[in-house]
Amino acid sequence: MQYETVIGLEVHAGLSTNSKIFCGCSTKFGASPNSQTCPVCLGLPGVLPVLNEAAVEDAIKVALALNCQVSPYSKFDRKNYYYPDLPKNYQISQNYLPVAFKGYLDVPLEKGTKRVGIDNIHLEEDAGKNIHGGGADAGESLVDLNRAGIPLIEIVTQPDMRSLEEVEKFMISLRDILLYLGVCDCCMEEGSLRFEANISLRLEGESRLGNRVEMKNLNSFKMVSKALQHEMRRQGEVLKEGGHIKAETRLWDEEKEVTSTMRSKEEAHDYRYFPEPDLSPLIIKDNWIDRVRKAMPELPRERKLRFSREYKIPEYDAQVLIADKYLADFYEDTVKLFPEAKMVSNWVMGELLRGLKERNINIEECLLPATHFANMLNMIKKGAISGRIAKDVFAEMLDTGKEAEEIVKEKGWSQMSDEDEVSRIADEIIEKNPQSVRDFQGGKEKALGFFIGQVMKVTRGKANPQLVNKLLKEKLGKLK
Amino acid sequence: MKISKDDVKQVARLARLRLTEEEKEKFGKQLNQILAYVEKLNELNIENVEPTSHVVPLTNVLRKDEVKPSLSEEEALANAPERKGKYFKVPKIIE
Amino acid sequence: MLNELTAHEIHDLIVAKKISVFEVTEAILERIEAVGEKVNAYLSVMGEEALREAKKIDAAIAGGREVAPLTGIPIAIKDNMCLRGAATTCSSKILDNFRPPYDATVVDKLRQERAVFIGKTNMDEFAMGSSTENSRSGITHNPWDLSTVPGGSSGGSAAAVAAGETIMALGSDTGGSIRQPASFCGVVGMKPTYGLVSRYGLVAFASSLDQIGPLTKDVTDAAYLMNALCGHDRKDSTSVNREVPDYPQALVNDVKGLKIGIPREYFGEGIDREVRETVERTIRLLSKLGAKIKETSLPHTEYAVATYYLIATAEASSNLARYDGVQYGYRVGKQESLSGNSTIDMYEQTRAEGFGDEVKRRIMLGTYGLSAGYYEAYYLRAQKVRTLIKQDFDRAFEEFDCLLTPTAPTAAFKIGEKMDDPLQMYLSDIFTISVNLAGIPALAIPGGFTGGGLPIGLQLIAKPFAEETLFRIAYTYEQNTDYHKRKCNL
Repeated sequence: MQYETVIGLEVHAGLSTNSKIFCGCSTKFGASPNSQTCPVCLGLPGVLPVLNEAAVEDAIKVALALNCQVSPYSKFDRKNYYYPDLPKNYQISQNYLPVAFKGYLDVPLEKGTKRVGIDNIHLEEDAGKNIHGGGADAGESLVDLNRAGIPLIEIVTQPDMRSLEEVEKFMISLRDILLYLGVCDCCMEEGSLRFEANISLRLEGESRLGNRVEMKNLNSFKMVSKALQHEMRRQGEVLKEGGHIKAETRLWDEEKEVTSTMRSKEEAHDYRYFPEPDLSPLIIKDNWIDRVRKAMPELPRERKLRFSREYKIPEYDAQVLIADKYLADFYEDTVKLFPEAKMVSNWVMGELLRGLKERNINIEECLLPATHFANMLNMIKKGAISGRIAKDVFAEMLDTGKEAEEIVKEKGWSQMSDEDEVSRIADEIIEKNPQSVRDFQGGKEKALGFFIGQVMKVTRGKANPQLVNKLLKEKLGKLK
Repeated sequence: MKISKDDVKQVARLARLRLTEEEKEKFGKQLNQILAYVEKLNELNIENVEPTSHVVPLTNVLRKDEVKPSLSEEEALANAPERKGKYFKVPKIIE
Repeated sequence: MLNELTAHEIHDLIVAKKISVFEVTEAILERIEAVGEKVNAYLSVMGEEALREAKKIDAAIAGGREVAPLTGIPIAIKDNMCLRGAATTCSSKILDNFRPPYDATVVDKLRQERAVFIGKTNMDEFAMGSSTENSRSGITHNPWDLSTVPGGSSGGSAAAVAAGETIMALGSDTGGSIRQPASFCGVVGMKPTYGLVSRYGLVAFASSLDQIGPLTKDVTDAAYLMNALCGHDRKDSTSVNREVPDYPQALVNDVKGLKIGIPREYFGEGIDREVRETVERTIRLLSKLGAKIKETSLPHTEYAVATYYLIATAEASSNLARYDGVQYGYRVGKQESLSGNSTIDMYEQTRAEGFGDEVKRRIMLGTYGLSAGYYEAYYLRAQKVRTLIKQDFDRAFEEFDCLLTPTAPTAAFKIGEKMDDPLQMYLSDIFTISVNLAGIPALAIPGGFTGGGLPIGLQLIAKPFAEETLFRIAYTYEQNTDYHKRKCNL
């Protein structure tokens, strides 16, 4: 019996507006606790919310990028629950009529693409932050409300994903769209991008969905992957033993690398949604949507076309490059400094991606700046290092972040371009291999390759290949 | 009886009100009276009636994305029953 | 006695330099000193600040500053409106020690007019009640008969105006909370069209129903106070952006040709004989003055109380969720005196001790009406019936300029009379509630007295933003009667 995994995601993205969603407080990260609060976001008695126009426009941008329908008429609702980081003890959200619905995102996979449906996108306010441990003693929690009221969009997918790869690639594609649009800085460490996953297993071929488990506390891409992997295994084992999956919410424990029950379905919150009487409905007409559409920046699919056109690289290269915004940015930054576009894409797709994979890091975690990379490519071009040596240099650059020149100097890897030295080595090798000389003289052009190989071997790859080629041809020609 | 004692308990839990047994009894009885009274509304045919959540037909009331001064930290925390440094302090949060 | 004058009379005397703002303020404070304990209209009196402000205003006037209609006029504020730095408790223990760091928009507007704030008035806790008996600071007494209630929830404001402890006052009206106490205390009270007066800084009870309005000694004062209160406010998303008329211009002694409807549903069982006779007498008078009066019908009236209590309590259950002891107000003990030791324990005990019975009851009802499985049967259904009630009025105003009804089925009832029967208490709002559900304006004016000498109120109702029609009819009525001039004997 084979089980199929069914995964859906709920993504919270903090919008990069200047001010909060319902008041004028700044949204800047890292301010002193409770210094970016006002009567409105503190939820003092008597205050009222007023909606930030930029938050609505950001939501429209995301809706368009995710091929959603923008609701001509949407409303805000109150979601009622008690928590110390939620000053009003209700969150203003959109439950009944969200700002956008029914979209999809085409996610490029290793092989082919996957279309992931978007159920809806809604606007809401973020909560503040509770602090346990750290500055808080045992038996107490501390509350900082700077984050309370930062605008969020929640993107709810259909349960369309069937594998970890699909989830991972979806997260990157979605993050990229948010980054391309400039609506979210997608900094997971600061909490501006948060994922919740729901996962269930069912027998292959079964059309009904199994009981789903909601997973919270997933604070990085890796945590999402690890938690889902763990949960897939756990559910699979339970089912194989004839057990039953409980519909519940589970928390991922990053330290122990396990999930554990947070609350059962029976204990689930009763949010008592009802229309927010303090806010008027939102009517978004076509002319507003058109205005937003016209002001939208380039998105991945457009960038791909531009890459093929502008840099004259194969479509395949462009596809690989734009699959990750930071990779595409790195590529473009490099090409600006070193305009041999195809050579750059070869290196990015080859050495760079391989290097990242070996080190199990993302491009944005990588120490290598595009300037260093371009300088290295330039050294190859000028013949200062050979292509073979360059690979070792590059590996070193990934590990240390140092400039290629520095590494070459330290390791003594600079290319041997001293004609006398190379000439002397060539003479030695010719002298030691009379049979090969005869072969060459007999018309076997292949023998030249043997001599080149020998010279490179002796110089440990440092000899300038063009120079070696030239000198050997001259010397062997004279012997005739 | 529309509301049982268990319902009263559940509602009080949702509303974060710790009621005494006596209060549960009393409120249960009163809520049942009131709910019996509001049953009146079931006499009406409301099938094709739109709900009214706003009496004044305003739409798209928006503000520009401009930062306005916040309260000072002292003002923000001035009314706090308990604080620690620049934070509001509460008993430990247990889910 | 200066404290017995109306605002417009005082204004004329100040402009004529016959009296100073200081003298007026002093007269008010002396009156509070004299009768304050009997009536218990105020939760806090800001005597020193008021006198200081009065002096400043006198100096400004002496320096040639223009005297606006409310400049130097003493005004009392219901304790559910925020006044920067002043205790704002909504008569609830749960807001103990809360001092807002900001002014309500209406307070800000009155500051600009340089009115003089006298104090914060008593009310039913969080404006939930019809008698001002649900206050943690004690009952307010009706100045006309201290054994009766002043009505509620703006009972403190109405009693203060009637007792001469202020010249005018602000109240808030969610289901009749300005008009019913105005009626019980023999003063003028207006519930403006929803959205006309900013709610920013008004502690919310039921957001889709709440509206701030004036309580005054006569219609002219109400018109001037409305001029000061109205206007678009960017801080309130439900505030309408339209030009505010000059209300005093509507004070015309002429009702000829105006069509006034009498909804028959307001005269059924439960209405007091003397109240009915008062309306009948009014009909005769207005007819004589040239108004065209006809019976009409608001068929869904009998559903208003049920609809109101479902909507108002649902909104309230959410609006009052913020009182949890975290950021402001009352908190049960410090950690060590909590039974249990989590945030939830703190919340539950704080709210159990901080709220009074009526508030708890309404939070419970509202929570129930929104909870899973009941939302459609209760809250959503009520929202739909609300539409029907609103449509009744729409239809009536196709034919009529105004509707005339009693404000309350009876005059002021005895203290304690309805405290044990919440439903009977709710039913005393039967004539005022529909107006809030429909979001339309209504004006309560004194219309006569019972044999026992208690005031009886009349209610005039108009279509949205037709406050001027109400002022015109009420002013004409006032010019032809003298009920508003009678003073209580304290």
